[in-house]
Amino acid sequence: MVAKPREQNLEFEAAERNLSPGMANQAWGLEDSATDFKETELTLGPPGESRDAGGKSGTKRGFCETLDLNLTGSNAKRNDPGAQSQQEACPTAKHPAAKAKLVGWPPVRALRKNAMRSDGCNYVKVAVDGAPYLRKVDLEMYSSYKHLSEALEDMFSCFTIRNYFNAGKLMDPVDGSEYVLAYEDRDGDWMMVGDIPWQIFARSCKRIRLMKSSETVDIEPITPPK
Amino acid sequence: MRDISAEVPGGGDYHPPCPDQVLENVLENVLQFLTSRRDRNAASLVCKSWYRAEALTRSELFIGNCYAVTARRVTERFCRVNSVVLKGRPRFADFSLMPPNWGAHFTPWLTAFGAAYHWLEKIYLKRMSITDDDLAQISLSFPSFKELTLVCCDGFGTSGLAILASKSRQLRVLDLIEDEVNDDDVDWISCFPENGTCLESLSFDCVEWPINFGALERLVARSPNLKKLRLNQFVTLGQLYQLIVRAPQLTHLGTGAFSPPEIWAQGSEEPDYEAAFSACRSLVCLSGFREVVPDYLPAIYPVCGKLISLNFSYANINAEELKSVICHCNKLQTLWVLDTVRDEGLEAVATTCKDLIELRVFPIDASEDSEGFVSEVGLTAIAEGCRKLQSILYFCQRMTNAAVVAMSKNCPDLVVFRLCIMGRHRPDYLTNEPMDEGFGAIVMNCAKLTRLAVSGLLTDKAFSYIGRYGKLVRTLSVAFAGDSDSALKYVLEGCSNLQKLEIRDSPFGDSALRDGLHHYYNMRFLWMSSCRVTLQGCREIAQTLPQMVVEVFTSESTSVKDEDEYVDTLYMYRSLERSRNDAPAYVRIL
Repeated sequence: MVAKPREQNLEFEAAERNLSPGMANQAWGLEDSATDFKETELTLGPPGESRDAGGKSGTKRGFCETLDLNLTGSNAKRNDPGAQSQQEACPTAKHPAAKAKLVGWPPVRALRKNAMRSDGCNYVKVAVDGAPYLRKVDLEMYSSYKHLSEALEDMFSCFTIRNYFNAGKLMDPVDGSEYVLAYEDRDGDWMMVGDIPWQIFARSCKRIRLMKSSETVDIEPITPPK
Repeated sequence: MRDISAEVPGGGDYHPPCPDQVLENVLENVLQFLTSRRDRNAASLVCKSWYRAEALTRSELFIGNCYAVTARRVTERFCRVNSVVLKGRPRFADFSLMPPNWGAHFTPWLTAFGAAYHWLEKIYLKRMSITDDDLAQISLSFPSFKELTLVCCDGFGTSGLAILASKSRQLRVLDLIEDEVNDDDVDWISCFPENGTCLESLSFDCVEWPINFGALERLVARSPNLKKLRLNQFVTLGQLYQLIVRAPQLTHLGTGAFSPPEIWAQGSEEPDYEAAFSACRSLVCLSGFREVVPDYLPAIYPVCGKLISLNFSYANINAEELKSVICHCNKLQTLWVLDTVRDEGLEAVATTCKDLIELRVFPIDASEDSEGFVSEVGLTAIAEGCRKLQSILYFCQRMTNAAVVAMSKNCPDLVVFRLCIMGRHRPDYLTNEPMDEGFGAIVMNCAKLTRLAVSGLLTDKAFSYIGRYGKLVRTLSVAFAGDSDSALKYVLEGCSNLQKLEIRDSPFGDSALRDGLHHYYNMRFLWMSSCRVTLQGCREIAQTLPQMVVEVFTSESTSVKDEDEYVDTLYMYRSLERSRNDAPAYVRIL
């Protein structure tokens, strides 16, 4: 998007204002919520410095404190009619490092936010051939195949994981039979775990099965249960 | 009043009532049937005798702001109350914008009610703080207490619930909705009367601690009138099964986790969940699904055809999984979902749910930079498919004016329109224009609109539309919007029915604040945080309008100082009283 000339002026104006001295004690810096230039401004402070609505008084939004530059610029007060009438936000200008945690935005209640985080919410069944129990595993908790393998090893601790990079072969130390990690995807096909990037796997996996490798000459699609 | 007994021939014991008294008796009998509080308020203004009669016959009390009036004034006017609705904190408190211990305590109200309303049966509190002692006191004070509903409340825990359960033996309704409940390690579920309960509704889905399941099972078994049961996420699918086979009469069910436990025995027969749901022939409302394993969703297919309300807002399901359920739900009127269902899921909703009245789409990742899985595509589909829509809450990262305009034209019955574009200041995705025209169309075309929440890149123009066309708007939420004071002025001057105005992070200052002086007393409250109002500006309002209580504070429990350039938070409300005496130290009441 090409910034219109007006917007460019605004950025400059705002940048000037932000750099002016004596703002350090202002309760509410020069943040201009409509223009939000604090997002684009270059500060010498660390990124992610508190910009939230509930900043501490005294140090509240004192970005200007961090700036050594002493460009006097317009030192415009906010109710300067000249400055105000020009205000339009520059929507695409977002400085990634300057994005700090906003309080209460988006407006979702804490209870709901926490529920989403804690549940992870990507549960799949894990079954092991011959084992008397099933487990439920939340794929959101893991970031890689290795991570998942380790977790499965913990859960079904009678197995040792060997060669998990190699299509996840597991060996049962008791009877020496090898197990293979397979999963059913959303199309109902059974595939070997490890063939595709983790993220894609996590999204498409419906359930996991540790199958005895003697039973898997090649993994064939199994009709999903009713 | 004339004493006419002396005029009756033969005098004696008969004293016929004088005409005024007859009128009052008649009035009382008639007014008993008046239930709407607005009608009652109007009736009470006719004349003194109507005021008295109305006060004698009002049995349901509604207090929208607990600080607008004192308990004493209320109990002096109304003497026969059996049901109370009391609301405390303003809505932005839900989003951590209000410091803790700000107020809204139930205790003083309870003390007054305990003395005045011995036959109180129902209490509904929203955003108030209620203690365990209060819960115990309720049981003590009100022998026929029947219904307690707590929404977004805090301050109490399982020990208070235990006392209420055991002592209020006529309890029919105990609904805990989105409360913060402390865990005192008390098994409150076991405390209900042993011989049987009157319970009709029990909701504890917000309780974040496991409950004694065996006790719950027995409770359900001895509660023959139970119609609504909302479980928390610690109840597994297998446990849910055991409950619903005992209570097939349920109409509203919160399904808990809807998931097997961490480990379960393989080979053992899994219960026939589908059969259990089939047996619930009256089920019309489903919620829960807190840890849903989508494999098990087919269990609810048998009830979908009758469902009026479905809350999937904690269910991480994709479009396919939603479709498999929604295709059966042709009577659905209320649907809450997560955006994980994507536009595709919403398209399926639009195809099947022709009677949809309320839709809420929540984000699975509530952050500014999240991916956002629904967009203008989903909104347009809903607009085209669900023509009867009255209420929508939609979280997204991408929107167009065209989609919002489409909704304004296709859904003329819209009463509530809340669109939250999570990234701040985002313009129309396709045209890069501000979202002014979209919201403008909503206020222009939706003649019944009473509640509006705006977002995205908005200039003063959007607010001029709102002021010009939003004549019925009562609640308006604004965040990160507008260019100048003019925006707020348009709203304050134009929206003659405005009751609740909540604004954050917008460039509105003292000049705009002054513009609302004519209207503030007609409002329940005004909230402005991180705007540009000064202490002086607030003081002026306080001095000009003595009937308004003007509170200023910061969101971090520190006082607003005289030398601060702007006030962090202004919360202002009308009141019949002087300022409250329970404000914490950091709140300055001007």
